[in-house]
Amino acid sequence: MYAQMVDTGLNKVVDASQMSPQEQAFQARIDADVKVEPRDWMPEAYRRTLVRQIQQHAHSEVVGQLPEGNWVTRAPTLKRKAILMAKIQDEAGHGLYLYSAAETLGVSRDDLIDDLHAGKVKYSSIFNYPTLNWADIGAIGWLVDGAAIMNQIPLCRCSYGPYARAMVRICKEESFHQRQGFDIMMAMCRGSADQKAMAQDALDRWWWPSLMMFGPSDAESVHSAQSMRWKIKLLSNDELRQRFVDQTVPQAEYLGLRVPDPALRWNAQSGHYETGPIDWAEFQAVLRGHGPCNRDRIRVRKEAWDDGQWVREAAMAHARKRAERESRAAA
Amino acid sequence: MNDNARFEFLLRMGDNALVLAQRLSEWVGKGPVLEEDIALTNVGLDLIGQARMWLSYAGEVEGAGRDEDALAFRRDQHGFRNLLLVEQPNGDYAETTARQFLFDRWHLLALGAMTRSRDERVAAIAAKAGKEVAYHVERSSDWVIRLGDGTDESHARMQRAIDGLWMYAGEGFLPDATDDAMAEAGIGPDLAALRAPWREGVAAVLAEATLALPADDFAQRGGRQGRHTEHLGHLLCEMQFLQRAYPDARW
Repeated sequence: MYAQMVDTGLNKVVDASQMSPQEQAFQARIDADVKVEPRDWMPEAYRRTLVRQIQQHAHSEVVGQLPEGNWVTRAPTLKRKAILMAKIQDEAGHGLYLYSAAETLGVSRDDLIDDLHAGKVKYSSIFNYPTLNWADIGAIGWLVDGAAIMNQIPLCRCSYGPYARAMVRICKEESFHQRQGFDIMMAMCRGSADQKAMAQDALDRWWWPSLMMFGPSDAESVHSAQSMRWKIKLLSNDELRQRFVDQTVPQAEYLGLRVPDPALRWNAQSGHYETGPIDWAEFQAVLRGHGPCNRDRIRVRKEAWDDGQWVREAAMAHARKRAERESRAAA
Repeated sequence: MNDNARFEFLLRMGDNALVLAQRLSEWVGKGPVLEEDIALTNVGLDLIGQARMWLSYAGEVEGAGRDEDALAFRRDQHGFRNLLLVEQPNGDYAETTARQFLFDRWHLLALGAMTRSRDERVAAIAAKAGKEVAYHVERSSDWVIRLGDGTDESHARMQRAIDGLWMYAGEGFLPDATDDAMAEAGIGPDLAALRAPWREGVAAVLAEATLALPADDFAQRGGRQGRHTEHLGHLLCEMQFLQRAYPDARW
């Protein structure tokens, strides 16, 4: 999963004339596709923006366990249960790599988690939608992970080394997630009338939120332009969304499902599908906290964190005792 | 040899793994720290894999056309043969840890004995599962020590968890006619013989964890004969929902 609408803290794109020699040298390295590494000098705005972006991405992986966890105890076969558990485990692992990548920028995981719980940073809004039937687990893999891959494959080439390398690993696993999602959808669409209805219901509910995952059109966005200059964003939101639509519509047709967009049509001239208007008011409302599950997702995460406080404290206390005993034994 | 006894024996192994995996999957996304989310799911995944091997074989031995899913999702609670210990609710992290620790130590010993089974399929499953469970033992023992010898609060919680689950810890050492038949046939372990090494291992870990070994060795029993605690029915309601609600579906 991924980050949306990352604020750079800047109100206009910095051009070369406003840069210090150090900043100019930094930008020249980025332009030459040299990776930035943790010990390298970097502009403060670049560092802060990356922390926000990687943090949102990490939180998305962690919160993203919850909608799938909602069905892991009800998976319909042992094989499906095992696959779903493996997928959720991968996601927790992605969270770990990403928090580690963020920590190379001088922040601590605990502080980032505090920011999430305090509502200071977002996770992907897609996880504020509920999983209501088993086909939703298929739809998440097919659509949500599919959209995430569109966004993440270019990030394997992003300018910050630790983030780019984490993304290479993550993308490999995400493509397995997308395949398992599509496989669930195929089984549902080939199954009973009830199953087919679940699959259609899932597509009806997940289609538009999946398109919204790419964020609003960013043609005018200062933040997007600056992030692209820094190569921590490589393609525009609209380009990525178009790729996703072009890939996904034929898959829906193959499944025998109807995409819930009466305006959807193939444009033979452009070679792309055209979609109807996206309801950005819904996107903004979910972002403000009015999605169906915003409250529950954060509440569950906070409860887990608070309930785990004594466990973390005990582990630290034990480690200290052990270190003291070892140093006494060595003395 | 009595194939019904072998079927029962395989169900017991499969159901232990399945029911505990189901409990662990309830933790998804709610662990005390991200590393533990990963570890709990990892152990759960191992156990699901083991359940599939045991239950598939059980279905073959039964010869009534039931596969792993028919056995997992279409039996009612009285058909389940797991230890009462593994169906106990997750509780807090100390209870989840205590349940895992008490079971893992039994599980590893039982699997170790089964690697010498005269049933080659049993020996092969036990060998594969044993490698996984050796890690489970290491992990759950480490956590008992960490929480027992951590803070005052964690010590109190860990002691309470061990005390609370202790009456379910002994069931795995109480053989019945099925176990006797399996042990005589050289297929299953001599359960009573596992008690002493189990107790020795548990006592050593509890001592290192500064925890007291409970004095009362009374053991509840019945799970392996299909008489469960009230908790199992609820676990199955959730786990079996889709297969029960849509019996004709193929997933």
